[in-house]
Amino acid sequence: MIYAVWLPLLVPLLAAPLARRGAESLPPRAAAWALTCLALALALSSTAALTLLALDGALRLPFVAALGHLSPNLLGDGSPATAPAAVLAAVALVGLGALVLHRARRHVRELRAVHGQLADHASAGDLTVRQDDGPDAYALPGRPGRIVVTTGMLRALSAPEREVLFAHERAHLAGRHHVFLAAAEFAAALHPALRGLRAPLSYALERWADECAARVTGDRALTARAVGRAALAVSAAGPRPRPRLSLTATAGPVPRRVTALLAPAPTIARTHHLFPRALAALLLACVALSATAALEAATDLHAGIETAQGESAGHGFGDAYGDGDGDGDGDGN
Amino acid sequence: MPEGQIDESGDGRADRRPAGELEAGVLAALWAADGPLTPGAVQLELGGGLARTTVTTILTRLHAKGVVSRARSGRGYAYAPVQDSHGLTARRMHAELDKDEDRRTVLARFVSDLSPEDEELLRALLEGEPGAADDTR
Repeated sequence: MIYAVWLPLLVPLLAAPLARRGAESLPPRAAAWALTCLALALALSSTAALTLLALDGALRLPFVAALGHLSPNLLGDGSPATAPAAVLAAVALVGLGALVLHRARRHVRELRAVHGQLADHASAGDLTVRQDDGPDAYALPGRPGRIVVTTGMLRALSAPEREVLFAHERAHLAGRHHVFLAAAEFAAALHPALRGLRAPLSYALERWADECAARVTGDRALTARAVGRAALAVSAAGPRPRPRLSLTATAGPVPRRVTALLAPAPTIARTHHLFPRALAALLLACVALSATAALEAATDLHAGIETAQGESAGHGFGDAYGDGDGDGDGDGN
Repeated sequence: MPEGQIDESGDGRADRRPAGELEAGVLAALWAADGPLTPGAVQLELGGGLARTTVTTILTRLHAKGVVSRARSGRGYAYAPVQDSHGLTARRMHAELDKDEDRRTVLARFVSDLSPEDEELLRALLEGEPGAADDTR
């Protein structure tokens, strides 16, 4: 197997920190799209690389070779690392597959649970009110999607601030932001280095919804106040029972959102600066490198299989062993 | 824009929004209030963007759905949200769900938790808001 096959596995280690920097200099909507597409492209490339590594090893197993009507010897001996790499890749693939399935099932189960427990709560239009003094609000995706707000949150905000909250949550539902989050979660399950993209993505999605709310209400300062006051109300009600290990030392997401709303609306003009452009080019290069390397490795493996197949089909077994050895070595290296 | 014009035409900016959004706003106002509200009080609470007739229609619809209850008040009715008996159970279930850190992958929350530094920063931002807004314009 050629060395290119390892690149898609390593690129995310470099690309993820770069993307975190890059997302900050993009408008929220563009940042959300960029982060999601990047995470998916890198995750799929690295999974393809694992598959190729495992296949390369599997083809050397006599029964797999027989199944594909090819002669194992013609694939070449490969490097000494072929067998252990293939075993590791196969184990990783099985593990990742199980993880993705497990996450997807839990995701669906949790959504059903939340929908179920809201079934008999007071609803009007797209709003469901949950009786709870603890201030909380979220968009619940589904058909139809719902805005869930506790009575504690409704009481903490004024009427115009509540409209900001509703507009924000409606933007999440209309923009199908949960699909972005699920895609990033899927990518993070496939490559651990991509986990770091989830936090900047969820920040970009919140900012995106904030900007929508500011546009709907036509008042950026009001939107900033609603976000800030909601967060302070949650804070005053005491910590949530959910464990939170990732408390940042620097400013958390909410003060950054409020600061962004107090500034003028973000425009694409900001991306004309040199730094974000260079960063974007670098990230595109990372994706291209990953995809090309995976493709290159696939082509290489395919060529090896063609050789092994063609020779064994064209000649008798004795001939294939005798004549084709040199060719197979050259291609399969 | 004079109030009367909105009342007669029923065509104010807020009135043209989808019915579901208006219902949501009215129900939220009732929950946020300390006691039952008359249509006039709801209209006042919502900032006068809605015509009184629209508010009354929405309240009647919510009452028909069983989401709000009403009692005679003067010449009309005062409306209050119907308390749900399952509130406590739901809260307990919610707490159970909250234990799972990964729920953030399912739900996009309006606001995330604040660290003590965040809280301080946020208070400063909101207090200095008019100044901060002017600086950046």
